[in-house]
Amino acid sequence: MRLLPRRDLVCRQAVELVTDYLEGSLPRRARKRFEAHLASCPHCTQYLAQMRETIRLTGRLEPEDLTPQQRDEFVELYRRWRDQPD
Amino acid sequence: MEADGELLLRLRSGDERAFVSLVQRYQEQMLRLATSFVPNQAVAEEVVQDTWLALLRGLDGFEERSSLKTWLFSILVNQARTTGTREHRSVPVPDPEPAVDPARFDAGGSWADPPEQWVEAAEGRLEAGKLADRLRALMDELPARQRQVVLLRDVDELSSEEVCSVLAISDGNQRVLLHRGRSRLRQLFEDEFRGVR
Repeated sequence: MRLLPRRDLVCRQAVELVTDYLEGSLPRRARKRFEAHLASCPHCTQYLAQMRETIRLTGRLEPEDLTPQQRDEFVELYRRWRDQPD
Repeated sequence: MEADGELLLRLRSGDERAFVSLVQRYQEQMLRLATSFVPNQAVAEEVVQDTWLALLRGLDGFEERSSLKTWLFSILVNQARTTGTREHRSVPVPDPEPAVDPARFDAGGSWADPPEQWVEAAEGRLEAGKLADRLRALMDELPARQRQVVLLRDVDELSSEEVCSVLAISDGNQRVLLHRGRSRLRQLFEDEFRGVR
């Protein structure tokens, strides 16, 4: 395997650092290298934006409403517990 | 939306509507999480029901050292793990799995087949209210352990510390699973939405 100069991050490596970057867990120097790569690479900048969007969309998942039948079942479950706690 | 803490207060004073509200809030996610541990839907439903009973029984002893939802998910994971299971906590994270198909990079490691635009298409679908079902389906395509971490972190918005505690995994494993899960989900979104205008 060809060793790359330490300062240059290639895209294939950069995409593996995205989560550490977003989690704030990259050491300072690694973060600088990552940001330097982004500054010169529109594709990886786009990739990072897509990862942020992925997280955002996932966070928009709202639970579906319980059906009336489910609701009744849980009220029933609650009352059974209340009347016979153990 | 009423905060979990207020629901907890009402629940402790014996308000059954507070219980139903809590179920409404977490049932679907709990079911989804349970499904990633046990062999089938029926078993998952039992695990979730047992979790709700355990919550009710444990109310008096709950000291609020963790948030209500972290406690709830911890009970669930413990119930699921004792119920027979597809996996065990000691299983190591499997071999490296690249965030992006290596074929999309050239020999020097630069993008040869760069990420395609899909954010706008997804936003459009979101606004039209047509995204949720597809999102659920895509989430189900993630491998179980990645799905668990993504669900807890990105849907239920637990912190990384809380996720480590609920799943009993190390911070390093948590981050690797989160990275693979999110990366895979990004690719699924790209596959789903590219070229949709």
